[in-house]
Amino acid sequence: MGKYITRRLMIGIVTFFGITVLVYFLSSLAPGTPLEMLFMDPNASKESVQQVQARLGLDQPVYMQYLHWLGQMLQGNMGKSYRTGHLVWADISERIGPTLLLTMSSLVFSLIITVPLGIMSAYKPYSVWDYVSSGISFIGAAIPNFFAGLVLIYLFSVRIRLFPSSGMYDASGSRSIGMMLYHMFLPMLVLSLQQMGGLIRQMRGSMLEVLQDDYVRTARAKGCLEPRVLIHHAMRNAFAPVLTRIGSMIPFLVGGAVVTEQIFAWPGLGSLMVLAINSRDYPVIMGVTVFIALAVLIGNTIVDLLYGLLDPRIRYN
Amino acid sequence: MKEDKINGRSSYLRDVGKRFFAHKLALFGLIMLILEIGIVLFLPAILHLDPYSMDIMAFGAAPSPKHLLGCDDTGRDLFARIVYGGRVSLTVGLCSAVISVLVGVPLGLLAGYFRGPIETVIMRCADIFMSFPSMILILVLASVFGQSLFTVTMVIGVLGWPEFARLIYSSVLSVREKDYVESARAIGAKDKEIIVRYILPNSFSPVIIAFTFRTAQAIITESALSFLGMGVQPPTASWGNILYYAQSISILANRPWAWLPTGIVLVITVLSINFLGDGIRDALDTKMVI
Repeated sequence: MGKYITRRLMIGIVTFFGITVLVYFLSSLAPGTPLEMLFMDPNASKESVQQVQARLGLDQPVYMQYLHWLGQMLQGNMGKSYRTGHLVWADISERIGPTLLLTMSSLVFSLIITVPLGIMSAYKPYSVWDYVSSGISFIGAAIPNFFAGLVLIYLFSVRIRLFPSSGMYDASGSRSIGMMLYHMFLPMLVLSLQQMGGLIRQMRGSMLEVLQDDYVRTARAKGCLEPRVLIHHAMRNAFAPVLTRIGSMIPFLVGGAVVTEQIFAWPGLGSLMVLAINSRDYPVIMGVTVFIALAVLIGNTIVDLLYGLLDPRIRYN
Repeated sequence: MKEDKINGRSSYLRDVGKRFFAHKLALFGLIMLILEIGIVLFLPAILHLDPYSMDIMAFGAAPSPKHLLGCDDTGRDLFARIVYGGRVSLTVGLCSAVISVLVGVPLGLLAGYFRGPIETVIMRCADIFMSFPSMILILVLASVFGQSLFTVTMVIGVLGWPEFARLIYSSVLSVREKDYVESARAIGAKDKEIIVRYILPNSFSPVIIAFTFRTAQAIITESALSFLGMGVQPPTASWGNILYYAQSISILANRPWAWLPTGIVLVITVLSINFLGDGIRDALDTKMVI
């Protein structure tokens, strides 16, 4: 187990640095410099532009800039935002919470819906459950999350005023958890919808496979009750591929959060990223990138650990 | 029955066809797509649709016989914009999926066939690309290279490579160990010949299936990008940038005709392509009983 985790972690760390290299070099390909965005003043003298360029280290080759940035980042210094002048860390830290909350709760919510549905539709193929599941998975895959967001806002915030359409809290100034959950419901639903299709299909597929296995027949033969057979014997084994699926879904979850946060004005990392990209605010782009890469790394490690718990064979190999 | 077995190839194709046409949803998808392609190709000429000219009497107008789905804020006919937007969205979807195949398949082939350091570099890169949200890379690249139709297509297409590389990589790994590849090598076939004549044809059906789903995905990505204002820019119409205006709560609340039909067309299109992909998957699955 230790060896397995170490190996996975090494791969993860390489991936982490790979991502930062990738995004750093891609954003340095921009034809205009970020300075053009800083100096809207056309009268700025050449010397002063060069001075600022030197101060920000923009006169050096890209790989030097990257190494410099990396050194600083590892010491916990991610620079200042070009746009707001705040420390990047300060801008990011207040937005990690909302994004984490939104993505995690949508993951949990979609699991609560899809796991039982997947089990039922594998247990009784061509039943109502099966049709409901395949309906959800087709719609979930076909409806873009921003359109789902628009429709939900139209139905539940405009037509029947049941849920708020934006933000985390309302103007009353109260910051209760209840209020926040109330505001989070619609964006969470949108983000869940996009996960559900894949999860249902995976759960159904692996459950179908497991139900054919000998140990399930053995369990039935020795007189186990059906619910226990399904949950204790079959589901435990069917869940391993679903976990892998969750691991590979994390990037899509974060990508979906970018769009969802934008629609619902949810003050998370995604909407910060859109702001930063629009204004070519590289320190913030890089900062958010680091956190997303870190989140993917941690998420995958957790999935790997759980996988080991679920499937003892992995612990010993 | 006996005859079928003798002319193997024609009966294989016949079986594929049979399995495909047995799939009702796939048939529905195919018909919808043919219909839609027909509409976006020919309807503008037939009805003299014009998505650009601004009717100064009809800023934000409601549906009427003159403007079937009303007009946007600048008086452009929304029905015409949906049809023209369909051209753009379908083209971006198809072209970028083709680009993903053109980039991903050769890389996957190289990695799977030659193994060694090439394999490590290519497949590690694929891992890196796949573990980072491609939506964010696409946003960064689209803002870096400017938001023309061409760059949007290229960016979505190029960033779709890892999926295809992985697919072809894993099927090459299994095909290259097969006896017929070994025998080809024994009679002195060159690497290039083995790849083109033996490996590629035998690992291509998963690529065809993935290509359909990729096209649907690319259409969604393009529309999301344009919805955020970072994709196809007006006056060129795309489904995403028609929906962009629904971000204003007054349009969303008071003029559902300005965004709802576009979204529904988008969903139906993606749904149809996915149905088609499902049908193709079943059709190419030789183990499936008809």
